[in-house]
Amino acid sequence: MSRPAQITGVQRGRLALRSGVMIYVGVLVVLPLAALVQHGLADGLLGLWRAAVTPVALQALELTLWTAALMAVINAVMGTLTAWALVRYEFPGRGLLSALVDLPFAIPTLVTGVMLVILLGPQSPLGGWLAAQGMPIAFAPPAIVLALLFITVPFVVRAVEPVLLEQDPAEEEAARTLGAGTWTVFRRILLPPILPALLSGTIRSFARALGELGSVIVVSGNIPYRTLTAPIYIFGEIESGQPQTAAAVSVVLLALALVLAFAARGIEHATGVHNG
Amino acid sequence: MARRARTRQLTGAQRLIVLLVFAYLGLILVLPLGAMVIRALEEGPGILLLTLTEPAALQGLLLTLMVAAICVTANGIFGVAGALVLTRHRFLGRRVLDALVDLPLAVSPVMTGLAFLLIFGRGGWLDGPLDLLGLKVTFAVPGLVLATLFVTFPFTLREVAYVLEELGTSEEQAAMTLGASPWQTFWLVTLPNIRFGLGYGIVLTLARALGEFGAVLVVGGAISGRTQTATTFIYNALEERQEAAAYGMALLLAVISVALLVAIEWLKRRRERGE
Amino acid sequence: MGIRVAGLTKHFGEFLAVDNVSLTVESGELVAFLGPSGGGKSTILRIIAGLETADAGTVSFNGQPADHLHPSARGVGFVFQHYALFRHMTVAANIAFGLRVQGASRRRQAERVTELLELMGLTGLGHRYPSQLSGGQRQRVALARALAPEPKVLLLDEPFGAVDAKVREELRHWLRKLHDEVHVTSIFVTHDQEEAFSVADKVMVIHRGRLEQSGTPDEILDHPRTEFVARFIGEANVFETRVQGGAGPVGALRIPVEGIADGTPVCLVVRFYDLKFWRDDQGCARVVRMTTLGDRVKVEAQIDGAGRIFSQFPRRSSLLHGIEPGCRIHIEVTLSRAFMTGTEDGAIETAADC
Repeated sequence: MSRPAQITGVQRGRLALRSGVMIYVGVLVVLPLAALVQHGLADGLLGLWRAAVTPVALQALELTLWTAALMAVINAVMGTLTAWALVRYEFPGRGLLSALVDLPFAIPTLVTGVMLVILLGPQSPLGGWLAAQGMPIAFAPPAIVLALLFITVPFVVRAVEPVLLEQDPAEEEAARTLGAGTWTVFRRILLPPILPALLSGTIRSFARALGELGSVIVVSGNIPYRTLTAPIYIFGEIESGQPQTAAAVSVVLLALALVLAFAARGIEHATGVHNG
Repeated sequence: MARRARTRQLTGAQRLIVLLVFAYLGLILVLPLGAMVIRALEEGPGILLLTLTEPAALQGLLLTLMVAAICVTANGIFGVAGALVLTRHRFLGRRVLDALVDLPLAVSPVMTGLAFLLIFGRGGWLDGPLDLLGLKVTFAVPGLVLATLFVTFPFTLREVAYVLEELGTSEEQAAMTLGASPWQTFWLVTLPNIRFGLGYGIVLTLARALGEFGAVLVVGGAISGRTQTATTFIYNALEERQEAAAYGMALLLAVISVALLVAIEWLKRRRERGE
Repeated sequence: MGIRVAGLTKHFGEFLAVDNVSLTVESGELVAFLGPSGGGKSTILRIIAGLETADAGTVSFNGQPADHLHPSARGVGFVFQHYALFRHMTVAANIAFGLRVQGASRRRQAERVTELLELMGLTGLGHRYPSQLSGGQRQRVALARALAPEPKVLLLDEPFGAVDAKVREELRHWLRKLHDEVHVTSIFVTHDQEEAFSVADKVMVIHRGRLEQSGTPDEILDHPRTEFVARFIGEANVFETRVQGGAGPVGALRIPVEGIADGTPVCLVVRFYDLKFWRDDQGCARVVRMTTLGDRVKVEAQIDGAGRIFSQFPRRSSLLHGIEPGCRIHIEVTLSRAFMTGTEDGAIETAADC
């Protein structure tokens, strides 16, 4: 260490630190995505279009979108309720419930898939019974939705929780003393402040579901036109030596994911929501 | 953060909400977990031991642990550096960097694997130069490491950045006026203050690295004895209808996950208390 | 160590926080930067410490330019408004920090810590953590920590802003006593006039990024040089008017003004205590309200054809005889200060002959 320390010396150190970080991000994050986009667009937009609109690819995209959307709706409602119960009520098992919400962060998604197959597969008592009733869940879209619900539990809860913590219950009480009913209180007092966080959490869970592979690949059975999701389709194309098609569909999915990520980011920035 | 008092005496409707939440999370999370534990135990309580003594499984587990260790180290260092740059430096392009950091979260693991294949694989951007050097990245360990580094990059950085933001700069400034060099300031003041946030980020990184599947499957090819990780071992075992092996490893990973979850909860509480 | 600041300017975005400020603090002086919040006082202090970089201007210590020095090399002790104690270190470790990073021996560190704990009245608290201390104790630890490496300059940013009134009084006393013992060149920032006048040798009034006036407390109180200082320091009546025949008319009241040409627009500043009220049925004003403020009485009167005027008298003063709400009074202005509107000239003081 040299003394007396001069500002220029310190600034040089800061510049070096900054450059190091930039290079790391550049090599690790930017380079691979650039390669992906370059290959996806190798045959121009028309090539991208052709690869993305083959019947199998379209079906896969469609399945991915609707299962993710269904998951997002359920997640928005149940996530808000969970956050609400955790923040506002004291009950036995509250700490356990809070820890449980983080479980999907810790469990490998492939293991999630294995769990669901064990629970719902044809050999299991529950799966066998459901199949006998004519409602097989495993290797069918409902299993995909269940898997997505499992892996996205934390998203909405952890987004809404801090906002609810900031909210003063006195506002609710004030509204009640002014004669507002339960529904009015919910719609006018409770919902508006948590809406941005709820929205960004839901969007992030939806985006996460679009790319999910590990859990879905185990539970879906990968039946083309029926249970083949977009990420699994991309995986199949890679396996069968078609990286260009895989890259093209990837670019479509990536574009969608980025738009969603930026939307969520925009909402968070505009309203000062922290996404922890 | 203002912590409001929670309602203790719940009314009927409030009890119903709590019950509903328990039922939902029970159904979605606990039931599948329980089913697996029961099933794995049905195979015999020695299943974990069996997994740990099977060479292929053991190799996969060790490989996964090694990759995870590299990720924790590299992303730990660059995560702290990146968080310092994002929160303590003002420069052109800061917002771009900020956005880039989140990118890995938006990318499907399959695409991550594919992207690295397109750079390092046959006919990829760097295929020629790598061949000349005799380096093999795809279908080899370096590919697994790169893909997992990509996937786990945001965790430490975001957690540390959050804590640094909350912390403010006043203690660091105080250290400087007391004669501490930037390096001393970092080691003596900044690092002790971010330790729980850093720990939290590291545990999240570890969990994700241990559980990463899609990216390592695509880039590594899950070659037994060479690039087969813990998760791809399960996948291969399922494909080959060796269910006992698959369930054993899955249970093992679940046990590790629950241990990590305990660490996550503890660190989160410490971090929030800001001590 | 003497401090010289020349031509200091600093913008935050569009906002001009410091506007071409030059000042000198002599070695061993205790100086207060006084002014309303947001006026640039803290920014100047932080630039001196090297915590902010000026857009223009220089800072020098004992004639040596210091602009290129990192804060850690300036030998400046800084006391932060919200203490900025290291929360993960004990009180003793906080105080020892400056010596530790210099590489002082453990024994030397321990000696200095004991010495400062005693000086600050914190004996026995060395093993505690900052979160276990009261506000006043934390502030004293912050002071001890800044003093431990024996800085050549001590800078204090609103040092007593975050503690309650009674503790503040005590800490002011401390600071004054400490300075008399240690004699380190010190600057403290405050928006509290009483604090500045009771503690400092010299007061520098800073407003909107500019140094309005610098002087001893008496100079500032008795001879304000700018309209802002006259208005801000002490309690004063302010009237905008035009000079007419050697006086500034304010409704029926004529305030004497010397040496300014007729027709010149002026701002007249009259301190509460530079006024006398006499009961007089032919007077030009009427008493509206009388408020007792501890040992003083504040009298508010309505001037015929103009606004209100305030004065203050000791509670048992003979000057209050016969004055009661509703009575008419004659007003005598014993000292007024006129500032020509739109110029930078100093005050023109006019004292009544009495």
